Amino acid sequence: MKYLRMMLVLLTVVLLGNTIVLADVPKPVIPKGNAEECVLPKEEMRVDHMNYILHQRDETMHRGIRTKKFSLKGCIDCHTVKDDAGKIVSYKDKKHFCNSCHTYAAVNIDCFECHASTPTAKGTISSTGGKK
Amino acid sequence: MSKPGSETSKISRRKFLGTGITVAGMSVAPGVSLINVAEARPLDQPVSSKQRWGILVDANKCSKGCTSCVDACFTENGLNRGDEQHSRPGQKAQWIRKIDLRDKATGHEVSLPLFCQHCEHPPCTDVCPTGASFKRKDGLVLVDKHICIGCRYCMMACPYKARSFIHEELTHQFEYAPRGKGTVEGCTLCVHRVDQGRNPACVDACNAAGHKAMYFGDLKDSNSEVSKQLKMHSSKAIRADLELNPGIRYRGI
Ligand code: HEC
Ligand code: HEC
Ligand code: HEC
Repeated sequence: MKYLRMMLVLLTVVLLGNTIVLADVPKPVIPKGNAEECVLPKEEMRVDHMNYILHQRDETMHRGIRTKKFSLKGCIDCHTVKDDAGKIVSYKDKKHFCNSCHTYAAVNIDCFECHASTPTAKGTISSTGGKK
Repeated sequence: MSKPGSETSKISRRKFLGTGITVAGMSVAPGVSLINVAEARPLDQPVSSKQRWGILVDANKCSKGCTSCVDACFTENGLNRGDEQHSRPGQKAQWIRKIDLRDKATGHEVSLPLFCQHCEHPPCTDVCPTGASFKRKDGLVLVDKHICIGCRYCMMACPYKARSFIHEELTHQFEYAPRGKGTVEGCTLCVHRVDQGRNPACVDACNAAGHKAMYFGDLKDSNSEVSKQLKMHSSKAIRADLELNPGIRYRGI
């Protein structure tokens, strides 16, 4: 299983990398985040993003550690993609950043059954102390 | 949907408080605290058992018919965003509810908010088969929804009826309050706010409504407002007979 995962990641990386040009193999279209760079070099993120966010998940949940770097909220806030009408798309849309490779590589994640896949407008609810 | 907080409970006052007048766990705010925890914990520091979060509810100040705390909880955590179309009102998620009690002998009435009591010995964690129901080091009793299988044992085990189950697919969650079908949830004391050094939404709402019936703070810090209040006047744990040592205390019941 571990081996398979490595292969799959490698395959994706190889396909995405510019080192080998496979002319007739379609590549996933991966939208860029809203910044110059990711929280780590993109080569590292491609391979290891799941490990970082799954680790962060347990750290936050059980130990209350709320660093920003690998927070899922952070990924969602920066990696927004807009549709033709200019609206930020949710994970239901194939164009969503987290879908770009997952659809291509047949990866299914359940994270967005609970987690918002689009940014929550800042300062709307939580900063008002819940008063309507 | 039914108005949040309108659900009234039919349990008797005596059963609610627990038989007899057992001394309601004097151990809630033990000793002096050595560190000053007034400022918020740094983001990269883990929670520790040097703190224990709790709330003192002053039922004398809680006003009958007021649902500010309940409304605030719904708004803050996105519980009423219209996703649960098919569930009956009794099935829908509710983390905090108002209870009205009446002493039959004297006719004295009291109103109070009831929610997860963040027990020191939580029965919900005892029965959880996966470890999803757990107590954080700082006393918050939470559900790790990532490993919750939705068996609902914890809902049965909780004497305060504090947890609910999500029956339907949701779509309008807030980023800071993830929730989803097939998992159990309950009051987190607004862990996302507490970790930022802020009050739970219900407490802020109660203050904003001018009742100031809820004191939130660190029970292990003898200088915190909640500890001082607990020291000053007597308070009770609901169902103290179960010896769960809840972090939520009540005055005036
Ligand atoms: C059943 C609901 C549910 C599902 C499914 C779920 N989560 Fe969570 N997740 C939560 C809850 C609840 C929290 C706690 C939020 C808090 O305390 O602020 C959380 C917190 C987190 C956090 C820490 C907070 C943050 O935004 O950084 C991360 C990271 C995370 N989850 C990652 C994931 C990943 C990755 C997946 C998919 C593999 C996933 N979660 C699936 C409910 C869920
Ligand atoms: C501050 C904005 C920002 C944040 C926060 C951020 N990213 Fe990125 N990410 C980017 C940018 C910009 C790129 C493209 C970098 C490049 O082209 O060199 C990128 C690239 C990536 C890639 C590689 C995409 C490719 O082209 O192959 C992955 C995977 C990725 N990010 C995942 C994540 C995850 C997971 C998180 C949350 C832990 C996250 N990112 C947080 C901005 C961000
Ligand atoms: C550069 C392409 C790419 C992007 C962009 C990407 N992923 Fe992935 N992701 C993958 C691949 C490939 C796998 C499968 C690896 C495997 O099976 O081991 C994967 C696996 C995962 C897993 C683990 C799934 C499992 O069942 O073990 C999680 C969680 C995950 N991704 C979350 C995200 C999130 C959240 C985003 C958006 C912020 C994202 N990914 C964006 C390529 C990507």
